[in-house]
Amino acid sequence: MTTYREVMIDKKIVEVDPCLTIMQACEQIGVEIPRFCYHERLSIAGNCRMCLVEVVGGPPKPTASCAMQIKDLRPGPNGEPPQIKTSSAMVRKAREGVMEFLLINHPLDCPICDQGGECDLQDQAVAYGVDFSRYREPKRAVEDLNLGPLIETHMTRCISCTRCVRFTTEVAGIAQMGQTGRGEDSEITSYLSQSLKSELQGNIIDLCPVGALTSKPYAFSARSWELQKTDSIDVMDALGSNIRLDCKGREIMRILPRNNDKINEEWISDKTRFVFDGLRRQRVDKPYIRKDGRLVEVDWEEALDNVSINVSGKKIASVIGDMTSTESIYALRLLTERLSGTYECRVDKSCLSTSDRSGYVGTAAIADLDNCDKVVLIGSNPRLESPVFNARIRRAWLNGAEIYLIGQKVNLTYEYNYLGEDRSALKALIKNVDLDLNNNTFVVLGQGALIDDDGEEVLAATKKIVDTYSCKFLILHTAASRVGAMEVGFTHSDGIDSALEGAEVVFNLGMDEFDLPKNCFVIYQGSHGDRGAHRADVILPGACYTEESGIFVNTEGRPQLALRANFPPGESKENWAIIRALAGKLNLDLGYNNLQELRTKLINEFPHLGRLDQIKTPEWVKSKFKEFSGNQLFKPYYLNYYKTNPVARASLIMNDLSKNLDLENQIIAAE
Amino acid sequence: MRLVNWKLFLKYLLLLDFLNGFKLAMKYFFKAKVTLNYPHEKGPISPRFRGEHALRRYPNGEERCIACKLCEAICPAQAISIDSEPRDDGSRRTTRYDIDMTKCIYCGFCQEACPVDAIVEGPNFEYASETREELFYNKEKLLDNGDRWEVQIARNLKSDNVFR
Repeated sequence: MTTYREVMIDKKIVEVDPCLTIMQACEQIGVEIPRFCYHERLSIAGNCRMCLVEVVGGPPKPTASCAMQIKDLRPGPNGEPPQIKTSSAMVRKAREGVMEFLLINHPLDCPICDQGGECDLQDQAVAYGVDFSRYREPKRAVEDLNLGPLIETHMTRCISCTRCVRFTTEVAGIAQMGQTGRGEDSEITSYLSQSLKSELQGNIIDLCPVGALTSKPYAFSARSWELQKTDSIDVMDALGSNIRLDCKGREIMRILPRNNDKINEEWISDKTRFVFDGLRRQRVDKPYIRKDGRLVEVDWEEALDNVSINVSGKKIASVIGDMTSTESIYALRLLTERLSGTYECRVDKSCLSTSDRSGYVGTAAIADLDNCDKVVLIGSNPRLESPVFNARIRRAWLNGAEIYLIGQKVNLTYEYNYLGEDRSALKALIKNVDLDLNNNTFVVLGQGALIDDDGEEVLAATKKIVDTYSCKFLILHTAASRVGAMEVGFTHSDGIDSALEGAEVVFNLGMDEFDLPKNCFVIYQGSHGDRGAHRADVILPGACYTEESGIFVNTEGRPQLALRANFPPGESKENWAIIRALAGKLNLDLGYNNLQELRTKLINEFPHLGRLDQIKTPEWVKSKFKEFSGNQLFKPYYLNYYKTNPVARASLIMNDLSKNLDLENQIIAAE
Repeated sequence: MRLVNWKLFLKYLLLLDFLNGFKLAMKYFFKAKVTLNYPHEKGPISPRFRGEHALRRYPNGEERCIACKLCEAICPAQAISIDSEPRDDGSRRTTRYDIDMTKCIYCGFCQEACPVDAIVEGPNFEYASETREELFYNKEKLLDNGDRWEVQIARNLKSDNVFR
């Protein structure tokens, strides 16, 4: 129980938690204090001195409010509450002074700086600085760093707030950046001029309060004020990170994170952030039909006619890809049902249970990681499968949680206790009471374990552990569409092989990762000319995830709404509309004519999908441990983090990153 | 008895109104003319005259515009549209700089906003065209204007510099 303490902030007496810093207390009552180095998700550095306030009765000098706690303030001589002034003459003068010092070495190149218009230094210079300069001496210049293909550096602009250093060491967990030298010679550097090796490095672009670190792919291409901002949901992994799509005209110029404490806090992975150039490349923007072994451009009418001729009376099976919205999946289910076909979303042969909801969403929320004291990772490499989630595990580790890993030994950016790499380790864990797993233990089951033949047994064994020690349980999915598809029942009782068995026609909605059986007619509806399109007999060009509004259910079972940012290119259409048009051709009534009606129908059937941003906790279904047939190794799900979906494969930036990764691996091998 | 207004009678009789008018006409007849024989003669214009736009270059031939987009942002008629990307040497340049002269209201905000004096409204006002399309200026046309009018623009800017 905290005892609150009275303080006087700007002549107003308030009661605040004594553990807060002065800055946090001021924020609580709505007094804004300028800052550069302070960031609420990073440790306190106190080196920019912009947040100076006056503390009456303390030493006769201004105090850095980000680093001073309320409990350290001295009361007045007669026990009056300590007094803080945030806009006195002393504070104003101090801020002017700090601003003048910061601007001494900061170049006046705002017109060519990409941060211009969204720059903390610019804003605060206007608000708290003076409108003249007394500095006549030469300015300092610093050599730029090479941080890799993502981050452009202009180190002359750096004000040494060290946010990037603190982010990379604390959140991303790489010790590659630091500050060297003293005084005017102090510089932010990457040690040994390395380029950063992290899947979260893009976040330092957002963190940098000036234009020292900017985005290389976005360089000089747009200004913040001319972009149209749309709230959306990321589909690169199943975490469902909240993102903002910045559009200029019809093109996505950049992708930024939105704050959501329950999911991604304010970080996103590099794949999420820099994949946008893949949205413009390799797109299929016209319908195609295979004639004499070659794909030929046709118009929509002919393509749909062709499909309806080939579909009628045949045995149809439908599969979906990783980035499909729940509405489209539901629409495809309706269509396939009317054609008495089969459908399946677990194209990777993952053994998620269809009947029991706890067998595919788990029981834990991502935010539960913050309070847990043990984390058990089973057959998962969260660093590749969901880097932002991995950063959260790392924070739990920093806060003292013990991490256990069963699976391939990899660098997860934090230390863990290694329990083994095969099924026997998992089996041993069930009976291992020494570990003292309890209800504060967070068990993560990766997809890499579930796609093997004995995936069902792995799931059962994991559930047995969760059951025995009443742990929290999360299945870390890799496909953004997977949980949504499971929720709307887009499954076949015996898995993908039996769903596709004997199918004469396969309707492929954006699935590019796995091969389809030979000797069947394939309809590919998707956005990119990837593997799925090559195998297709008819291509129906569809929208990508930024181009249609849709509900995505993330790995913890939280439905979230993504809005449309731009329009599909060329003749391509939104996915639900294509399915509706096709149903019209086949004279089937799917019960919807527009997205609203489809969504209403979906929510009527699955009401919990309509409660956006809320998790419906599944009923826990116990499962029986079954003996493993052999002692298989846990295998990783991803081999190449940067090429996991058609958008990423089409992106030049992702290709660059992937090439660098290969080079690194080669060098290590040669050594 | 009818009264006779002798004053009015005399005025009418001696055609005084006519003579007054004639006097005025003669006065202007012998005065210097105010009309100009346009286009052979032209009136003086202020160095601050806001006419046709031009994009200037530095003396070494490098274009001044750095694609900061401040002119685009401030333009009240939204007549300017700019696209930019890094040039091969890494500098920030425009790939497109369009002004729709039919939208422009000649307020001069663009030249006020420009940090490098790249976009200016020059002294030229004779750019009427036969078609509407000719008034959609692109970067090439604006740079050409700049080259054509550079001497006068530079002189005007210099003469106005003391007041800035």
